[in-house]
This record gives sequence, C-alpha cells and structure tokens, in this order.
Amino acid sequence: MKQSPILKWFVSREGLYYLALALLLVVILPVALDSFRLNMVGKYLTYAFVAIGLVMCWGKAGILSLGQGVFFGLGGYCMAMYLKLEASTPEATSIQSTPGIPDFMDWNQITALPWFWEPFNSFAFTLLAVIGVPVLLAFIIGFAMFTRRVGGVYFAIITQAIAAILTILIIGQQGFTGGINGITDLRTLMGWEIRTDEAKNALYFVTVAMLFVCLFTARLIQQRKLGRILVAMNAQENRVRFSGYDVAAFKIFVFCLAAAFAGIGGALFTLSVGFMSPSFIGIVASIEMVIFCALGGRLSILGAVYGALLVNAAKSGFSESFPELWPFAMGALFIGVVLAFPNGLAGLYQTYVMPLEDRLFKRKKAEATPAVAPVAGKPNAEKAKDYDPMIDHYSPEKS
Amino acid sequence: MFDGYTSSELMSIFAMQGFAGLSLFSVFVLMALGLAIIFGQMGVINMAHGEFMILGAYTTYLTSGLFESYLPGLFGGYFFIAMILAFLVCAALGAFVEWAMVRHLYRRPLDTLLATWGLSLILQQAYRSIFGAREVGVTLPDWMLGSIQVTDMVDLPINGLFVMIIALSIALGVYFLMYRSGWGKKVRAVVQNRPMAEAVGINSAGVDRATFALGCGIAGIAGAAFTMIGSTGPSSGQAYIVDTFLVVVFGGAQSLIGTIISAFGISQAQSTMEFFLSGSMAKVLTLLVVVGILMLRPEGLMALKIRR
Amino acid sequence: MSAAKRKNGDFLLAVEGLTVSFDGFKAVDDLSFYLDPQEIRVIIGPNGAGKTTVLDLICGKTKATSGSIKFAGKELTKLKEHQIVHAGVGRKFQTPSVFEDLTVFENLEVSYPQGHSVMGALAFKRDLAVVEEVEAVAKKIFLDDLLDQPAALLSHGQKQWLEIGMLLIQKPELIMLDEPVAGMSVAERQKTAELLKMITKDHTVLVIEHDMQFVGDIADRVTVMHQGKVLSEGSIEHVKADPKVIEVYLGH
Repeated sequence: MKQSPILKWFVSREGLYYLALALLLVVILPVALDSFRLNMVGKYLTYAFVAIGLVMCWGKAGILSLGQGVFFGLGGYCMAMYLKLEASTPEATSIQSTPGIPDFMDWNQITALPWFWEPFNSFAFTLLAVIGVPVLLAFIIGFAMFTRRVGGVYFAIITQAIAAILTILIIGQQGFTGGINGITDLRTLMGWEIRTDEAKNALYFVTVAMLFVCLFTARLIQQRKLGRILVAMNAQENRVRFSGYDVAAFKIFVFCLAAAFAGIGGALFTLSVGFMSPSFIGIVASIEMVIFCALGGRLSILGAVYGALLVNAAKSGFSESFPELWPFAMGALFIGVVLAFPNGLAGLYQTYVMPLEDRLFKRKKAEATPAVAPVAGKPNAEKAKDYDPMIDHYSPEKS
Repeated sequence: MFDGYTSSELMSIFAMQGFAGLSLFSVFVLMALGLAIIFGQMGVINMAHGEFMILGAYTTYLTSGLFESYLPGLFGGYFFIAMILAFLVCAALGAFVEWAMVRHLYRRPLDTLLATWGLSLILQQAYRSIFGAREVGVTLPDWMLGSIQVTDMVDLPINGLFVMIIALSIALGVYFLMYRSGWGKKVRAVVQNRPMAEAVGINSAGVDRATFALGCGIAGIAGAAFTMIGSTGPSSGQAYIVDTFLVVVFGGAQSLIGTIISAFGISQAQSTMEFFLSGSMAKVLTLLVVVGILMLRPEGLMALKIRR
Repeated sequence: MSAAKRKNGDFLLAVEGLTVSFDGFKAVDDLSFYLDPQEIRVIIGPNGAGKTTVLDLICGKTKATSGSIKFAGKELTKLKEHQIVHAGVGRKFQTPSVFEDLTVFENLEVSYPQGHSVMGALAFKRDLAVVEEVEAVAKKIFLDDLLDQPAALLSHGQKQWLEIGMLLIQKPELIMLDEPVAGMSVAERQKTAELLKMITKDHTVLVIEHDMQFVGDIADRVTVMHQGKVLSEGSIEHVKADPKVIEVYLGH
C-alpha cells in the first residue's frame, strides 16, 4: 500500500487538527455567520498571526516580548499609508489647501508629502515594507540586546518601553502620522473597494490563507533541527552555546520571525477594519497579545489561533453587554492562566481530551487493521517526521 | 534650541525646569525604591506597582476628606496620618498578593510579570468602579500652599519641596533598613543564597512576604506624596510604570544609589527638554536615550562586576 | 621541561600570563601552562583556587583581563564561545547540562558538527551519516540501548556520560571536563575512567578533579593550582611529594 507522505500526514492526528481548524475557518464560520460577524472573525484572526509568532519566540525560545504591538502596528501602518495615498488623489482632496496629500497632513499645515511617505505609492514596496520594516526593527533591537546577552525580564521591559516610545512618537507627530486618530478613511486597494461585503468576505479568506502559510512556516521550523535548538536554548542556553551555536543569532532569528508574522497580521488588520491607529501598538495592546498566546497554550501554534479567537470574541461580547466587567475578566484571565494552567488550552486539551481520543483511536485502529508493531531500535529516523507540535515538546513547567 | 534666550533667562529656565524635574524625581524615587526592593532584591517584576501607588493616593484622598468633615482643626496635619495609612493599606494588600499569587511564581519571573499585569487591570477597574473615572484631587493644608521666592525669576513651590524631602527621607530610611539593619541582612542573605539562608534558620518565605509588603507600602507612600503635586485617576499609575522600570533597570537593579542617580538623571533630562521641545518629543528622546544606553550597558549604571 | 622548549606550536594549548580579576579580586593570576597533543592533564587544587575559572576562560565563558590562550596557533581570547567550539575545544560543565526534553539520540544529534548556523539548522537533514555517527558515539558512552529515552530519565552518571558524548560527536581536539566523576558510584567511576582513557587516543583532555585515586588512574601530568596561580606541576608522584603542595593541602 503506497501513500504519498502528504496524504499520510492529513490522516495523522496532527493533520486532523489542522483539518479541523481549516474546516472551522473555511466552511463552518463562513456558513454560520453573516458578513459583519465574519469580518469580525477575520479581525480576530489577524491577532492570531502575532500569537503564532509569540509561541515561537516566547513559548519555544523563552524570549518574552511585550512589544509585539510595535511590529503589528508597523505592518498595519505600512499598509495604511499605501491605502491613504491611494485615497488621497488630487481630485478627492481638491478642497484641501494642498490637494493630493492625506487630509490630516493638510489639517496640520503640511504642504508636501514627507519623503518617507513617497515609496508607499508603490504597492510592491508596501508589501515588502509590511514584512521588511518590522523585521528590520526587530533585527536592530535583537542584535543590540541578544549579542549583549540581555534577556528575560530586562528584554521584556525594554520591548515594552519601545512600544511606549513608538506610541508617543506617532501621537506626537500628528502631521506625519495622523496622530491619535491614526490613518482613517481608507477605501480602495488598487481600485478595489474594500468596504463592501464581497470585499470583506474575500479579505477574510485571504487572511485565512495567509494564516495557514504562517502556521506551516512555524510548523516547518519546529520540525527541523532549528526548532529543537530554539527549545534547547530556552532550557540550557550555555550547553547550546558550547555545542557550537551562536545563540544570539538564533534568538535574533526567532524574534524577527515573530515580528514578520506580526507585521503580516497588522497589514491584514488594516485592510479588514479600514483604519490604523496608535491604540493597537501601545503597551496595553501589546501585552494583551501575550494573553492570546498564553490562553491558547504558549507551546502550541494551533492553540495560539484558538486563543486569539476566543479572547477577542469574549472581549467583543463583554464590551457589547458589560464593558465595565471586561477588565476584571481580562485580569482574571492573566492571573488564572499563569497560576492555574500555564500551558493554556492546548495543555488542557492534551491532559483531558487526548486520552479520550487515544482510546477512541485505538479501538478503531484495532478494528481496522492489526496494529503494526513499531520496529524497535530504528524509530529514530522516523521520529522527526511524526513530530507533532500539539503534543511533542510539551513539558510541564520547568522547575 | 537655545536661540532667543539670554543667559540669565536660560539660568532661570534651567532652575525652574530643574525644580519641576525634582517633583518628577521625587515621584520616580518613591516609586522606584519600592520597585527596586521587589525587583532588585527578589527578581520579581510587579507590574501592578503603579496601582499600589494609586491605592496610596486614594487612601490619602479619603483621609483628607475625613479630616475635612470630622476633624477640621487637625486638617494641617492630616497628611502625616494619611501617609502612614497609605503605607499600611498598601503593605497589607501587598502581603496578601504575595501570599495568593507571587509566591507561587518565584521561579517564573516572566509569568509573575503577566500575573501582576492581570492584577493591575483588576485594580484599575476597581478604582474606576469605586471612585469613578474622573481624576480626584486633595485639598492641600494651608502651610503647603505658596512658594519660596529665591530670586525674582525663580519660585519654588512649598508642596514640591515637601514631597522632595519625603522622598529623600524614605530613601535614607530604606538604605538603613536594607544595609544597616539585621532585617536587611536577612533579606540580602535570602537573595544571595536561598538554601543557605534557610539552613542558618532564616524564614525565607517570611522574608519574601515582608519584602514584598515593604515595597508595596513604599509605593503607597509614593501615592500619598503624589496627591500633593497632582490629581489621581484610576490609570494614573500605569502612566508611570514603564518610566519607573527604566529608572530601576537603568540604575542597576541591585543598587539603591544607582536607582536614585538614574531617577535624578531621567527626570531632569525629561523636564529640561520639555521646555524646549514638545512634551511628547521630550519623553520620546529621554526614553530613547535610556533604552540606547541600556543596550550598550545592559547591567545598568551601578552594577557590580561579579564572578559568575 | 626546559624553558627553551616552551614555544607555541609545540603545544596544542599554550596559556600564558592569564589573569582575570573580578572587581579587584584576581581569581586567576598570571597563570601559564602548556598542553601537549594527546596529553591528559588534570588540574587539582583547593576550593576557590580558580580551576573552573580557567576552563571558563579557555572556552570563552569568561573574558580574560590580560594574557593569552593559544590553541593550535589560534588566539582564543578574542573569539566568541561558538567560534572557540568550532576551533576544536569542547567543554563539559560541572553539573550535567543535557537537554532534558530531548531524547539521547536528539541530544547527540544537536551536537553533531553540522548545521550550526540558523539556515544550516533549518536545512539540516538526519541522513545516514548522522545516524551512524550518533550510534557509534552512543556505544562509546554506554548509552546505545537508551537512544530513544528522554534525557530527563537518565541517571546522574548517565547524564554525565551523555554530556561527554555530546562533546565527542563535535570531534574537538581538546576536551575539557569539570569534575566528571563527581556524584558517581564506584562502578560508574571505573567506567568513566575507561571512557576517558579511550577518548585520549585521539583527543587531548584537560580535567578538573578532586578524587586523587581517579587522578592517579588517568593523569599524564598534574597541575596544582592555589589562589589563582600554579603551585606545582608534574607527574602525580612529583606533585604529591612537593612540599608546597603538602603545605597547602595539609599544612593548616
């Protein structure tokens, strides 16, 4: 019996988890929800990009960044700048004293497009910048910090300070950035109306597709030796270093990876909501992103997606009916996840649901085919292929 | 940026802004001392530290209200009572938080950070529910109003001077407590070698709780002092938390002197620049410089080179 | 050894005038010693003599205040840790530091000298050469039956061996071991001595050890350190008879 490895993967347990997620996002939610709600889900999913990055960076490699909003925001602003320029044609802005520049610049007595806005006339450049700008900043921060062995809480605090700096800067430089209101009134992407229902539905599916691209990228890294080094580095940094690895380079890599994911998420966020503002960058927004990842399970990239969906859905639910209760719920979530179930939903799933699955799975298997005994002594080469991000590398809290 | 000012005007500007910076310095010192004790000595990040400070501020607000209604004769001295109350209330809450939450997380500093952030969200919302979203202010006693005129261009407000005196006395007190008292010796013993400290009979869990409570109590005093120079809102504490962390880290987490020097440097830089640039750019520049220096010298200004 | 012979090039490792001070305290003070290729050298000395610091300096964990460390003609004091590993120096720590979450196989595989860069680690494939090499090393360190065992489940002694195996698979010229038999049973000690003897067929070994019996078993030469300096150097009999050594160990 010959099966292609891809087909085999789809019927493996891990493959089924991915299929279930795909089914939920591609079939169930689009059928069940109206286009407004679906767009909301699309918005939540853009946060899942950040959460996946945090799983790699914080869960696996142990680097907690409290500044992921910075990268999310940079990606979002890059996209917003492009869209704003497209919306600010001389015809559409003819009532301004300087037609052809974004409205907020005109309100702030700026008479020419600033130099750093110029390249965002090009869509190709914008797409590049959505990933490139966050990665460049992450590289600079990472290089400065990790080569000097700054880590742990120091790194967390400094990334948080960077989130604060960027927010204050954007708010302060109204004429160049749109200030506290952000960049608003975005309408078309290359002539395509982004505020119609069809456009929103299409954007939702683009988001889902990109999400799976990021999931598979993260999964590939986890499976490779690269992923093992990241985890090993978290536990025994010195041993990795004295096994001949440049630990700083690996940390910079994973931090840049998380920044790239966040940037993509941010750009999709801008498209999905039609504006970008500094409130998605700051300290509070950035630390909330950590809870998406923590709730889903800091070691599970699939968990991160569910975490982002659930927290954001709960947030909208609360803010619609009991806005004053939401901070309590959010606070309790932070404390509860950390104290009671540090491995989040994925950890709970593994402890309580998987044993049930095991029983179910085994019974079925026994009925279908006589179980093939694992070949003793040679399972190593196979092992890497069966790697399951949901279950492998799950370990109880390090003591 | 100095164009258009005469040198004597510049001197006065520096003196006035320097003094305005000193008020900020006092708040920084009081908040950073509490943080430095908790973070530097115990390795625990308390993201709710700003909310402890605000608790102290609200305690002072309530006390001033009580004095106004029931003991108007003693109103001039209410602040001292309020300060003690603020310390006690915050220390008690701190001890409770240590018992319920922090002690389970000593080996997971990043998780402590997240859990205390959760606490800060809850406290903020609680303040909002109890005291309302609007900022509240206290009535200053008469003797704290007015100012001392140093030259005809330089006025020093008395409340600012008073807060500065409090900050420095508390700093001195903490120094004696940590470095000159038996209790401080115990704290430092636990920091340096927990198993050994336990072996010689130090109750390390007790020391942890007391240290945490002390740090929170000092935050409470900071809050009391804060009411003398500004008004209090539910999220006033959060505005300071990042700055104060930078103060602590910048000074070198283990060094009280370093904390004070860095609080001085950061507050002075910020308030002097504020006069010449917009407030937000002054802040951006200050933070950028601090972060930049930290990248070059991650161990902070005053850290010891230790054998590892 | 005559002074004339002390030129770099003859030695695999030449440490000269090495000094490191921590806030004025000199943990290692103007230290010089030389290792021949294929030699087993043991460093002994009382606690706080600076033995571990010497290993830290050689492998780059601590930066020297002054002095030089020449390894096969390369100056190590200017290299980063991973570059020192690539130059051919392997180092085992005092407490076993293996990757507890990974299996024995994966532990050895991580140390396999290939795919050390980020992209290399992404492209790294577990081919036949890797599997064979891992199995060969596992056999040397008595763990060939436990390849699929997570390292967390190994005994203390087995973890020490695994860490030695992780060094062997890097194929370093110089292996540095910090108290390799500490906390081992008698049987494990004997096996470890056996292992070390086998290793020295194609490696130079620098060991810190307290157990004098074990030192006598394995050492070609012994360097005695005291207060950051070399107190005595030579064969085990020579240093045992040295009055300065006796003074330090027994004199007070």
